[in-house]
Amino acid sequence: MRILALVVRRLAWFVPTLLGLLAVTFVIARVIPADPVALIAGETATPAQVDALRRQLGFDRPLPVQFVDYVRRLVGGDLGTSLYTTRPIVDDLANRLPATIELTLVAMAASVIVGIPLGVVSALWRNSAVDHALRVITVSGLAIASFWLGIMLQLLFAMRLGWTPLNGRLAGFPPRGVTGLYLVDAVLTWDWATFGAALAHIALPAATLAFPALATLVRFTRAGVLEVMQSNFVLYERAMGLPRSVIVWKYILRSALTSTLTQIGLLFGILLAGAVVTEAVFDWPGIGTYAVNSIIRSDYNAVMGFTVWAGTIFLVVNLLVDIAHSVVDPRERVS
Amino acid sequence: MTSALYLLARLGRDRSALIGLALILVVIVAAVLAPVLASHPGDVFEIHPAKRLQPPGGEHLLGTDRMGSDIYSRLLFGARITIVIGIIAVGASVVIGVPVGLVAGYYHTWVSDLLMRVSDIFLAVPQVVLAIAIAQTLGPSLPNVILALSVTYWPWFARLVYAETRSLGKEVFIESTAALGASPFRVIALHVLPNVASPIIVRASIGMGFTILTAAALGFLGLGPPPPTPEWGRTIAESREFLPDAWWYALAPGLAIFLTVMGFNLLGDGLRDILDPRIRRAAAASAPDADA
Amino acid sequence: MPDLLSVTDLSVEFATDRGVARVLDRISLSVAAGEVVGLVGESGCGKTTLGRTILGILPGSARIRSGAVRFKGRDLLELDPVAVNDEVRGRAITFIPQDPWSSLSPLFTVGTQIMELMKWKSPRRDERWSRERWPALVRRYARDRRRADLDAVLDVLRAVQMPEPERALRRLPHEFSGGQRQRLMIAMALLPSPDLIIADEPTTALDVTIQAQILRLLRDLVKGRRVSVLFTTHDLATAYEICDRVVVMYAGQEMESAPTDAFFGGPAHPYTRKLLESLPSPDGDIRDIPGEVPSLIEPPPGCRFHPRCDYATAECGAGRPEARALGGEHRVRCYHPVGVA
Repeated sequence: MRILALVVRRLAWFVPTLLGLLAVTFVIARVIPADPVALIAGETATPAQVDALRRQLGFDRPLPVQFVDYVRRLVGGDLGTSLYTTRPIVDDLANRLPATIELTLVAMAASVIVGIPLGVVSALWRNSAVDHALRVITVSGLAIASFWLGIMLQLLFAMRLGWTPLNGRLAGFPPRGVTGLYLVDAVLTWDWATFGAALAHIALPAATLAFPALATLVRFTRAGVLEVMQSNFVLYERAMGLPRSVIVWKYILRSALTSTLTQIGLLFGILLAGAVVTEAVFDWPGIGTYAVNSIIRSDYNAVMGFTVWAGTIFLVVNLLVDIAHSVVDPRERVS
Repeated sequence: MTSALYLLARLGRDRSALIGLALILVVIVAAVLAPVLASHPGDVFEIHPAKRLQPPGGEHLLGTDRMGSDIYSRLLFGARITIVIGIIAVGASVVIGVPVGLVAGYYHTWVSDLLMRVSDIFLAVPQVVLAIAIAQTLGPSLPNVILALSVTYWPWFARLVYAETRSLGKEVFIESTAALGASPFRVIALHVLPNVASPIIVRASIGMGFTILTAAALGFLGLGPPPPTPEWGRTIAESREFLPDAWWYALAPGLAIFLTVMGFNLLGDGLRDILDPRIRRAAAASAPDADA
Repeated sequence: MPDLLSVTDLSVEFATDRGVARVLDRISLSVAAGEVVGLVGESGCGKTTLGRTILGILPGSARIRSGAVRFKGRDLLELDPVAVNDEVRGRAITFIPQDPWSSLSPLFTVGTQIMELMKWKSPRRDERWSRERWPALVRRYARDRRRADLDAVLDVLRAVQMPEPERALRRLPHEFSGGQRQRLMIAMALLPSPDLIIADEPTTALDVTIQAQILRLLRDLVKGRRVSVLFTTHDLATAYEICDRVVVMYAGQEMESAPTDAFFGGPAHPYTRKLLESLPSPDGDIRDIPGEVPSLIEPPPGCRFHPRCDYATAECGAGRPEARALGGEHRVRCYHPVGVA
């Protein structure tokens, strides 16, 4: 019951914020440019064509009316039509979504599985050689431009060493399957050859994407564990002789993770944002490449459609993280 | 002021913060003295197709690019662009965000809620996404990049200052000062602002790093200053088709970005360690107290 | 009969920014079986450090310079740390912390945490448990022992007057009041059937009205089970309430040790006398001790109280007095005990 009240409260935050996001994108799309219709019409259009288009799109109506219409269409799931493909943008995005999701999930899994234990170890062996080495890596992780890291990895592993393919998601036919996630589908259909190929293709992009996320996770986990180690309940557990591994991996980690959990949600945001640029580097057929290609092609509608879509996703993720955090930390539930 | 000197002295003892400061100074010197330090200052505009894609060595410290221009010289001028973008974007974010945060935090009206909701949007959505939209709309140019970055970064400062102002507002000394009839402006300027100065400084330093990375990403995507401007991100994009042979072409600008951002991050971390009262208290608490 | 716990000549130092703090200076103390000993002193006198040294949970910046902590005849400082953690801590010697508010993890139910304690420290624990090689995280909790342990837990919860023990186990720590939480901590200290409980100012953080209840409860329970207690406090009245014997500490040194009646009836050490005088009295005078607690980084030589003492002479600063027996169990470390020839 209390969780329900919590969800309702969070939704009360979510809806106006979403509207605000739409207002922001509306302003960017229609208010900022000198003539948004000219942008959509393209450079080759004559003034007469532009005017006709303006009336057709309803851009000559007052702004508030336009905004209501804008919101209505978006709620109805219409993100507009791509100027380049002339297909609805939602469809284009939906086609490319599985690729981005797969990449993001693999990167997230890698960073969590590697990052959290490293963070704990770093905190336990504070100021040791391991800790210092990890700090160098994590500081670097946040200072490296993702796209550059991707290019360097390509240079080394694909071009020079030939260990992985250069780009793309898969060279041959995708595995038959339902999820659209090649790795999952390959396992489900017992197609190990494709699994291996898909893994080789995803390795570099996932590593590139995961690196800053890993760095953040290690830092936050380390800080969280260090802070929790000062707690009175840790002192008590030590005084009562509980085994150290139990204290660390069961009790300390759980406390440290409640804040890390919020970080994982934000991590998802970082990863998704990084995906835009990383996909571009590796020609990964996902939403990020779509956005980049749209930029290159001056497909104005598509870029705005992508922005609205991405912004909404991030707000939703924020919402889910908030809720998850409250569920995990029982103190919030009761208060 | 003596406390400021004390803090600076403590910063001096933090080795990684000093390294960060050194890196930043190197980049700033490179930017300011670019015309002097460059071996081929004219190469920002001139092209020499005959000398294209030469490896590092001899006349060209870091080799030449696809137009035959000296990469080292262009890198130095690129530092100018980077520093300018960083300073103006972060500066504008501070100038906009701090007053917004102060006002929103001090007053408890619907205006505060509105301002914070707007900030929430920009905090929830990654900077790149919205910056791309803005830059695409306005067209690729240096001022537009700066504008896009400023518009998407000010909420971070607003939110930060808002939180601090709100928590300070609960402190008795604020209430009593206001009760004595001091004008809000006076209360804010004299009492609230000094207390929020530290987090602002820390966030500004770390913000420089993130802003520079986002700016480079925009440049890489073609949304930054157009050629022949030697922006680092764009240079990396240009280099791609010539890999793996002309590896220096991609390596140099990337390292430049890395070192610059690293510098700001290290400095920001160091500043946070000495300025963040919570960390100071935690450090004091973990030292054994005599009443143990 | 030999003492259950015997601390001899213990010196502990801490490394701080401003230098080395000599928190405990060749301190000696003993606790007999079934005895409740009060360790009384102002903040900073080192009583908490002493408790932590006995338990072996000092922070990394601490060094044990000298001395021995003999428990049941064996020096804990010399034994294998793994064995000490397994067999002594939480089993033979348990702990009641000062702060009931944060001494349990807020993320796990009380039941989970108590049963965790029982899993590792139950008196019904099999002999083979210590010798098993499996890593701690994967050890299984045998079901029949678990049931027996659970029954014991409920029994003890009833003994500490916890209302509705079964429901209590399903609750989170923050759902209890301060007094209730301290009862939980007392229950947890008793469950492993210890020989000695180190109670670190267990009532300081509680409301005054609750303090007396908790003290009486604790006393009844330990006396009924013949458990010794080393009870730390800065409040003399509390010591009077519950202790068989009182030891006074000042700046890392023990000053006087006496059975409660002798202590409150006729204290010999000047510091003790000042302490008793400084208790609020009906006529309303507030008499405090002039001067300040010394720095532990550069403490006064010899008897650390001598700079503030009315009776101090040159020898007080020259070297620390040895313990002097004053009849019965009354001991004092002073060159000029009051009321003695």
